[in-house]
Amino acid sequence: MKVVVDEDSCCGAGQCVLLAPEVFDQRDEDGIVVLLDSEPGEERHAAVREAAAVCPGAAIEVEEG
Amino acid sequence: MTTPRSILIVGASAAGLSTAEALRRLGYGGRLTLLDAEARLPYDRPPLSKQVLAGEWEPSRAQLRDVAKLEALDAELILGEPAVAFDAEARAVTDGSGRVRRADAVVIATGLAPARLPGQDGLSGVHVLRGMDDAVALRAHLAEGPRLVVVGEGVLGAEVAATARGLGLDVTLAGMGHTLLGEQVGAEVGGMLTRLHAERGVRLRLGAEVAGFVSDGGRVSGVRLTTGELLPAEAVVVAVGCRPATGWLEGSGLVLGDGVACDARCRAADGVYAVGDVASFWHEGLHRRLRLENRTNATEQAQVVAANLLGADRPYVPIPYFWTDQYDVKIQTHGLPSPEAELSVAEGDPSERRFAALYREGGRVTGVLGWNMAKQARLLRQSALA
Repeated sequence: MKVVVDEDSCCGAGQCVLLAPEVFDQRDEDGIVVLLDSEPGEERHAAVREAAAVCPGAAIEVEEG
Repeated sequence: MTTPRSILIVGASAAGLSTAEALRRLGYGGRLTLLDAEARLPYDRPPLSKQVLAGEWEPSRAQLRDVAKLEALDAELILGEPAVAFDAEARAVTDGSGRVRRADAVVIATGLAPARLPGQDGLSGVHVLRGMDDAVALRAHLAEGPRLVVVGEGVLGAEVAATARGLGLDVTLAGMGHTLLGEQVGAEVGGMLTRLHAERGVRLRLGAEVAGFVSDGGRVSGVRLTTGELLPAEAVVVAVGCRPATGWLEGSGLVLGDGVACDARCRAADGVYAVGDVASFWHEGLHRRLRLENRTNATEQAQVVAANLLGADRPYVPIPYFWTDQYDVKIQTHGLPSPEAELSVAEGDPSERRFAALYREGGRVTGVLGWNMAKQARLLRQSALA
């Protein structure tokens, strides 16, 4: 799995951090997403997929495979 | 409940599309149909009053998913076809051309319709902003450099005023509340937002009621307040709230009040669910009925609806969340920061225009707000609200 984030679309909601704190964080200054792990391990895949699904800015892209 | 062999989702905006995606992600292999009144691929609404209206984004950029992703969903996507009637017991949806579609389960995701003011229909130059067509028409009008009057002091009205000021327009905002966003964030933060707009050059008429429109040859030329004051305008945006789009559900057998009445599982009837802005659900944690008009609710509720469609028994117990961007200010709220609550600053400093605050009612934290402090607000949500 490869994760890509689009900072321009990110609204800083932090939903992704709530779901997968090992993969996503937020910048202190403006809350925009910080990708901690672009190729997360399998045990995190479900959480990352859910984070992409609930992201209100549709800013998280998950490439499977 | 056995897994439905066919699921029909009425409404293909954020809530409907997210439900479809969640169903597939959870392994649903049955027939999936999405029906939407608009003849556009599903798009996102928050950018309409901001990036799209400002002209920073082309409409296509607000599309929720690209064509390849939509195809991978393996769903029949029927666009440009409104649902006009529903029979809940038969789970039968009638569309605008009279065709009836039946499914084992139906998901209602028809969202909202903007409220209108008397006299605005048929009057050129008066806009609402709910869909992409509205945004494109308003953007084109604003490009002509009109004087703009925004009616409504809520989130949408304030965002439109901010965007229009960014375009250099002459903007007046009139609203019945005494501060901007008073209902959403209370008088203190609302007052700060009001001052921000005044500093940025928005003329404010708050605590004001609109008496009617003034027009010239079918085109709007101004807005008349009940005080008698005339606000001259070549363009007017009416942002006085929305109503759940449930007209097509009259006589369906469903309970309609403030939207589609659902239980804590977002179920409106046997095999019928509602999701997103249109759904009024029982929140088991807050012990009250809620209907949330925000973007996050659309996708979060979709996850629960999809799971329950496939046999789970999950109550929907969200921490409500919304954000708004105005000028260089990003406000985020978690929970229910009601106007009655007591506000206290937890981090940062309002005078430095960067702070996070807690809302308390009866000693309990009920809401968190961040003003240019998104991460800190989220951390407070986790420590104080979760």
